[in-house]
Amino acid sequence: MSSEQTPQGDGTGGKSTQEARMGEGVDDRFNSKLRDAFGTSPFILTKFDKFMNWVRGSSMFMLQFGIACCSIEMMHTYSVKHDLDRFHAGVPRASPRQADVIIIPGTIVSKFAPRMKRIYDQMPEPKFVIGMGSCTISGGPFQEGYNVIKGAEEVIPIDIHVPGCPPRPEALIYGVAKLQERIAHGETAPVTVKPYELEEFGDLERDELVQHLADQINEDDLVMRYDWTEQP
Amino acid sequence: MSLEKPVPDAPDEVGVTEDGLDYDALEELVSEHVIDRESHVNAEALVIRPDAVQDTLSALKEEAGFDHCSAVTAQEYEDRYESIYHLKKFDDPTQQLSVVVPANKDEPVSESAESVYRTADWHEREAYDLVGIEYDDHPDLRRILLPETWQGHPMGKDYNQNQPQVVPLREHVNPLAEDHSAGEDSDTMFVNIGPHHPATHGVLHVKTVLDGEQIADIDPDIGYLHRNEEQMCEQSTYRHQIMPYPDRWDYTPGGILNEWAYARAAESMADIEVPEYAQVLRTMSAELTRIAAHMLALGTFGLDVYGDFNAIFMYAVRDREAVQNILEDLTGQRLMFNYFRLGGVSWDVPEPREEFFEKIREFLDGLPEYIEEYHNLITENEIFQLRCIDTGILPPEVAKNYGATGPVLRGSGVDYDLRRDDPYGYYDELDWNVVTEDGCDNYSRVLVRMREVEESAKIIRQCVDLLEDWPEDDREIQANVPRTLRPEADKEVYEAVEGAKGELGIYMRSDGTDKPARFKIRSPCFSNLQTLPEMSEGEYIPDMVASLGSLDIVLGEVDR
Ligand code: SF4
Repeated sequence: MSSEQTPQGDGTGGKSTQEARMGEGVDDRFNSKLRDAFGTSPFILTKFDKFMNWVRGSSMFMLQFGIACCSIEMMHTYSVKHDLDRFHAGVPRASPRQADVIIIPGTIVSKFAPRMKRIYDQMPEPKFVIGMGSCTISGGPFQEGYNVIKGAEEVIPIDIHVPGCPPRPEALIYGVAKLQERIAHGETAPVTVKPYELEEFGDLERDELVQHLADQINEDDLVMRYDWTEQP
Repeated sequence: MSLEKPVPDAPDEVGVTEDGLDYDALEELVSEHVIDRESHVNAEALVIRPDAVQDTLSALKEEAGFDHCSAVTAQEYEDRYESIYHLKKFDDPTQQLSVVVPANKDEPVSESAESVYRTADWHEREAYDLVGIEYDDHPDLRRILLPETWQGHPMGKDYNQNQPQVVPLREHVNPLAEDHSAGEDSDTMFVNIGPHHPATHGVLHVKTVLDGEQIADIDPDIGYLHRNEEQMCEQSTYRHQIMPYPDRWDYTPGGILNEWAYARAAESMADIEVPEYAQVLRTMSAELTRIAAHMLALGTFGLDVYGDFNAIFMYAVRDREAVQNILEDLTGQRLMFNYFRLGGVSWDVPEPREEFFEKIREFLDGLPEYIEEYHNLITENEIFQLRCIDTGILPPEVAKNYGATGPVLRGSGVDYDLRRDDPYGYYDELDWNVVTEDGCDNYSRVLVRMREVEESAKIIRQCVDLLEDWPEDDREIQANVPRTLRPEADKEVYEAVEGAKGELGIYMRSDGTDKPARFKIRSPCFSNLQTLPEMSEGEYIPDMVASLGSLDIVLGEVDR
């Protein structure tokens, strides 16, 4: 449409279409190589899916989500010097309903896992998860503890693991970039079978423990049941 | 001189003599309840009857002046349970006394100390939760760190770590639903703040009952980051394996300060002398972390009172990056330093030394300008003052009763700083001041932190000068410590240092092996957080958020 309208009027005579389009006050900054290459017809043909994936990867809204030590390095990644914004991923949202990427920066313990699952469930599809730090891989330094979930993947599916304790901001940025690459290529993480699920208390198998807790928990309360021995 | 504490007048407290405490006089004072006496490394301990805890403690508090219940340690022996109350004085924390309360193995019950020291409330709940001792007369004895439905007490002896557990999620109900209003004609409403909430500094959950905009009732619910740090330390060897864990208690980073708490306790238990050169290195690196930690406190406080990722936060992170670069040069890590070893530090400053010192000096020279910037940006800002002055009031007596320490206590005008009052490291050789502000409000607490950064800078500068001139042959960074450390059995020690958030204490009991039989962390944030209801009940929600920010808690340390 617009490409067919030849600019009319004063001063356009010797100018290229591109120059004429720029008008007053716009400097060379907008003259990217890509734009140059398009010449007079700035259209590209692509698949809609491909385009959408590219958009998704290039504009990621992160959930503002801090758990443990790793979140300190995550905050540094968002801030000056490392500035995750440069990689189209620097808009932390406080509400899971506005976010599409969740970075899990820390140790998940028994009391927090159901809440984390809840937060993950509240995020709109498509959603992506970055596990930050050894704790989200295996429980990290606390793996042998009585209260620590041995990896966030026991609860929600994770797309990218960034190892380290804590990973440096550069490592997290690398992880984010890798995720973007995957999203742009339309790859998704295989959804693993998760040992720990949120379920209604009434649906649990009636064993000794469940009988014992029956007068403390309502039938329709959501619960997470941990069978620690079944963990890796 | 700057380092001297104003001496309180006429201490006619029982047991105080010219050269330390007279424990016999103390025992005499409560003799009717005492059944035995023990010697711990840091102080003497009175073993008392489990049904006379309140009488004993209140006599010790009123007449002998032990106004600071630093921590409550619970543990299980083969034949009994035991709670230890570690008492101190705010005027002179070198005067210490432990009160040991044994409890029956089959039915562990002892009297609660909550009516004497408010702080015992949470400490006893923790003891109940993890070890399983019940406290008679406790106002609200329920689990604190683990979920309500947890089975068993994990720090007890016969706990089976592999048994299944069920954890409910009741918090998912819409907080605005009608059923959250308390009764038909009540105007109050129940609201959950957290555990995922930008203003709670991590995973704190605050249950609030609101009356309009005001807070009628508030109950901090913790344990969302309870990473069984004590169990981990009990499974690790003194010599090398424990040291990485302290970095993960207060990770803002208070790392080196925390390492010092463990190092101090272990060194006092195993009688290790630290070379002077290493003490200077320790002092310098510890104060660097303190600057970083206070900067983060400032930055996140900016988040709390102004909103998302704003200028203040960015400025604070800029300065933290500078400190972290220095610390990375020194220790090799940005956050989890693992720099201390028992008997010293892991290595000397990096070569070329001049360059390293130059880097520190450059940072210190820039600091006054930055602090000026913060004052222009924050403390002199009218909006900030409206939010912070006269909100979140914490009177000194209340703060002491709750065992609050660190900048929180000093913001209430109490002159208490372990670096000076219970000296360790190289602090008593240096020239610096303890900062206090007596506004008792959010504003004072922020000011204290900002002024402490300046004091830390002073300390670092003096350390750098010392290190620079230190004769080359004399740079001993570690004492000679055996590869495996096995302190004799049944030594008990409680030592504390001034961490970034306050008094960070470690209790350890040895059993003759190379691992501690009991390892207990007294976290400053745990006690400080307990004051939140005092500060915010009857106030508006935004003031509560500001108070929470000014307490500067780190959940890793609250929950451990
Ligand atoms: S991986 Fe290490 S730094 Fe990260 S949360 Fe776990 S313990 Fe902390």
